Amino acid sequence: MALPSSVSSGRASARPEGAPRKPWLTYARRDALAGYVFIAPQLIGIVLFVLVPLGLIFYYAFHEWNVLAGTFTFVGLENVDRLFSDPQLAPVLTATGVFSIGLVIFNLSLALLLAVLLNRRWRGVTAFRTIFFSPVVVSLVAWTIVWGFLLQDNGGINGLLAVVGIDGPNWLREGGTAMASVIVVQVFKNVGLNMVLFLAALQGVPRELQEAARVDGASDRTVFTRIVLPLISPTILLTLVITIVGSLQVYAQIAVLTQGGPGISTTVLVYYLVQQAFEFHQFGYGSTLAILLFLIVLVLTVAQWQLRKRWVFYEN
Amino acid sequence: MRTDAPPAPAPAAAPAPPVVPAGRPRRPAPGSPWRKVFFYGALSILAIPFVFPTWWMITSSLKPVSEIFAFPPSLWPTDPTLDAYVDAFTMQPFAQQYFNSLYIAVFVTVGTMLISAMAGYAFARIRFPGQNVLFLVVLTGLLIPSEVTIVPLFQMFNTLGLVNTHWPILLVTTFGAPSVLATFIMRQFFLTLPVELEEAARLDGLGRWAIWWRIALPLSRTALAAVAIFTFLHVWNLYLEPTVYLLSPELFTLPQALTRYADAYGGEMWNVQMAASTMTALPVLIVFVFAQKQFVEGLAQTGLKG
Repeated sequence: MALPSSVSSGRASARPEGAPRKPWLTYARRDALAGYVFIAPQLIGIVLFVLVPLGLIFYYAFHEWNVLAGTFTFVGLENVDRLFSDPQLAPVLTATGVFSIGLVIFNLSLALLLAVLLNRRWRGVTAFRTIFFSPVVVSLVAWTIVWGFLLQDNGGINGLLAVVGIDGPNWLREGGTAMASVIVVQVFKNVGLNMVLFLAALQGVPRELQEAARVDGASDRTVFTRIVLPLISPTILLTLVITIVGSLQVYAQIAVLTQGGPGISTTVLVYYLVQQAFEFHQFGYGSTLAILLFLIVLVLTVAQWQLRKRWVFYEN
Repeated sequence: MRTDAPPAPAPAAAPAPPVVPAGRPRRPAPGSPWRKVFFYGALSILAIPFVFPTWWMITSSLKPVSEIFAFPPSLWPTDPTLDAYVDAFTMQPFAQQYFNSLYIAVFVTVGTMLISAMAGYAFARIRFPGQNVLFLVVLTGLLIPSEVTIVPLFQMFNTLGLVNTHWPILLVTTFGAPSVLATFIMRQFFLTLPVELEEAARLDGLGRWAIWWRIALPLSRTALAAVAIFTFLHVWNLYLEPTVYLLSPELFTLPQALTRYADAYGGEMWNVQMAASTMTALPVLIVFVFAQKQFVEGLAQTGLKG
């Protein structure tokens, strides 16, 4: 790619001798031009593949779009009415909320527990870190398929349970256990990522501070809650946000493990959106659901921005 | 599978036992062997759900169909066979699908590295009018999940006649929202580079392009490695986009292909699925075990700098 800054000296020497005006292409201007060229691919990509489609969902949402019949008619707020009277909306939002909350609680507490356990220089600790992190690099669908296989009624988990005399449920086909299974499978897949972030944060907590507190008679628990937790709170917030936003985007796990069932008990918002748009060809209604998803993410982002000021102990 | 890591750098001998205040007799002393037994015991139990699925995947792929649902479950195939691996290739164009996944991942990873290193550099080191506004525009890509825009994107590519080609995946993943995090990471990294380096280069007559390519990029190897790792993992795992855009089996990517192994009656063929899953998961896992330090530190860096 040719860059304007490479044509450097020619322009300057073409300037008439002793002219009072500076050349148009000053160093700053050439530099600015280079800046625009550098950001152009990313910027054009964002405009074309994020902002334009974002505008289009607001346009589509006002239309009834029958893909099969090829009709596209303006219907005003009909899709919004449909959204609010959709009997499936409440269960879908409940499933989304249960999944996100369950995932966040289980993921963050397990990540913190693992990080605290592994934050020492004992023999073999590195091997355990590798083990807990390894599912992060296993292909997501492969991991999910294996768990689907394990969680079948006659699968490996129930087989192992039967050996010790427990009659396991049909994990993915029963209302109570299906959602829990999806959450657990997802946590084991990605908890290593949060664990690593927590480990890095824990290693930044000054040892002298903890030892000084112990000398003053503080218990392990007090040291942890009063010193360690506040000091790693920026990382807790970061992992919280990453995990929540990630949880709202879960699709493959649901599609492979439960297809949203049993009933619609594991149909989260993204799964419902894709189902409406690409299975039932309801592009207008799918776009309305996309707006809802966008608004939820927006509210969460603004909320975490506000929380950040109040809750986090310090920031650099 | 071996998951041993290189031995811990420091031997277990603690330098000095920390001072334990009096009055807490029930806690085991720091040097007590029970403490270690408890520690390693707890970690070993916790490790089971992380290791067992991979173990089950590999062993099941070697079992004949008759043994797949054996009771009690066999942790080791009694009569190992490679039939499932052969079936994986004959039932679907698996080699083609493997190639699709590989070339898409390489294209997107290299593309993202270039684009994010360019944009990140410009946002960090070059002054130009409208910089802050344009940076916010780019950052919207972090805010808007790709699921929100999948319907209009599908429609856009449909109008262009590009559905059932790899173009939507290649273009959107490289230039769109997924590369924004990379740009952000690269910007954070370039902000930390000493300004004197560039000034010296500028005095030597280098233009912006040369400064970026010959000075900034070589210095950003760690950040670029982090970007490469998480981009590759992201692309390798893409599922929604391929299922939306691709219809022909010979265009499928691996995650999509894995779910399509079924017998004539639509029943799942678990041993074949496990064989295909093993072939999908194992190469990355092996690379990870050998280069786990770079993986873990790289990904930690992406999070911490964010």
